[in-house]
Amino acid sequence: MKPIVVLGSGLAAYTLVRELRKLDAQRPVTLLTRDSGDYYSKPMLSNGLAQQKTAAGLVLTPAAEIAAQLGLKLHAHCEVNAINLAAHTINTTVGTIEYEKLVLAIGADPIRIPLEGEASDRVLSVNGLDDYARFREALTEARSVAIMGGGLIGCEFANDLAAAGYRVDVIDPGPYPLASLMPEAAGRQLLEPLAALGVNWHFGTSIKSMNSAPDGYQLALNDGAALQTNLVLSAVGLKPRIGLAQQAGLLTGRGIAVDSLLRSSDPDIFALGDCAEINGRVMPYVLPLMQSARALAHTLAGKETPVDFPVMPVAVKTPAHPIAIVPVARDAVGEWHTLDTGDGVKMGFFDGANVLQGFVLTGRFAGERNALAKQVGHLLKA
Amino acid sequence: MKVWQCVVCGFIYNEAEGLPAEGIKPGTAWADIPENWVCPDCGVAKSDFEMVEV
Repeated sequence: MKPIVVLGSGLAAYTLVRELRKLDAQRPVTLLTRDSGDYYSKPMLSNGLAQQKTAAGLVLTPAAEIAAQLGLKLHAHCEVNAINLAAHTINTTVGTIEYEKLVLAIGADPIRIPLEGEASDRVLSVNGLDDYARFREALTEARSVAIMGGGLIGCEFANDLAAAGYRVDVIDPGPYPLASLMPEAAGRQLLEPLAALGVNWHFGTSIKSMNSAPDGYQLALNDGAALQTNLVLSAVGLKPRIGLAQQAGLLTGRGIAVDSLLRSSDPDIFALGDCAEINGRVMPYVLPLMQSARALAHTLAGKETPVDFPVMPVAVKTPAHPIAIVPVARDAVGEWHTLDTGDGVKMGFFDGANVLQGFVLTGRFAGERNALAKQVGHLLKA
Repeated sequence: MKVWQCVVCGFIYNEAEGLPAEGIKPGTAWADIPENWVCPDCGVAKSDFEMVEV
């Protein structure tokens, strides 16, 4: 019997196999990854420092152990060169492998913003365990870090690094933290608590050039400012890995295009997690990935199950001022209203009929996220 | 009092602190959390939880 072949070893890949094993213990599953195959929690990469986690310490289950637990054949440190749709095979660095169903859970690459300057190739990004190990190594000699991007990951790193005693500069062309996710009154709540930890904010500008200096790097910003730092970390976002799918002739948009069954334009190939674009939406968060893994496990076990997304709050892990969001679409019609303030804000996004469509909770309100999530889609007095 | 961590998303449950916002009082042991409780961050069911002591 040809196996189900899963490409990737992140949260999406392993959660899918774990869910599948609850339904079908026998089905042969082969998993290929370019990484070590060790199971770790990616969301912890941006707050591992405060918990004093080394890269090895973030590994929850070593590769050999999880392969045995889940009954899968694991090929670590290997690359997939091509998918042959007609033959139902993949061409890899460990040979040609046949599949019955193929699942792409290959994640996303960090977006790189080109900089001027002779040291511009030394910008770090942390998108996996190996990156994290390199970053931790670099930190041992450093006392300051400049972060490109004041979004979710940038703010989490800023909090984690500042709490550990590093001087942090956050540089973002937007007007305030988390600007793509929430209104200004909510995003600004993060300014003071992180500044108190040692974060210097630089909004409305970006890094122009990066050159070596005696103790690290000299950065020139586009607004004319200059700053010195020991390290530069980029956290400006991710782009789904679509090259392999594109090359095979699968339909792609921003991500690998899939329908509610997580099925690509080839009926035997599926995609989930950060590489997927589900009905036109890329949803690179934990909750959508868990929902996708559960639904796809049922489909692969023989019962076609469309993925259903409930209201899914996103947590921003900034312990200095925690935040929970149910984001609204960029083109959503409605207005933000402040529902409560004091040591944080509670804001709701209401459509024309006064139905709650999304919210932001910061500071002391962050803990109300599950209670308020139940109100989304309902009439609520603004 | 123990501290537990969700292996999927890293969410921390501290028995001493409980989760007052979810109606779980400080001092609630992991064993006393309802079976229908889910991880507030990633939605994994308690029965599926592989919590580790940290």
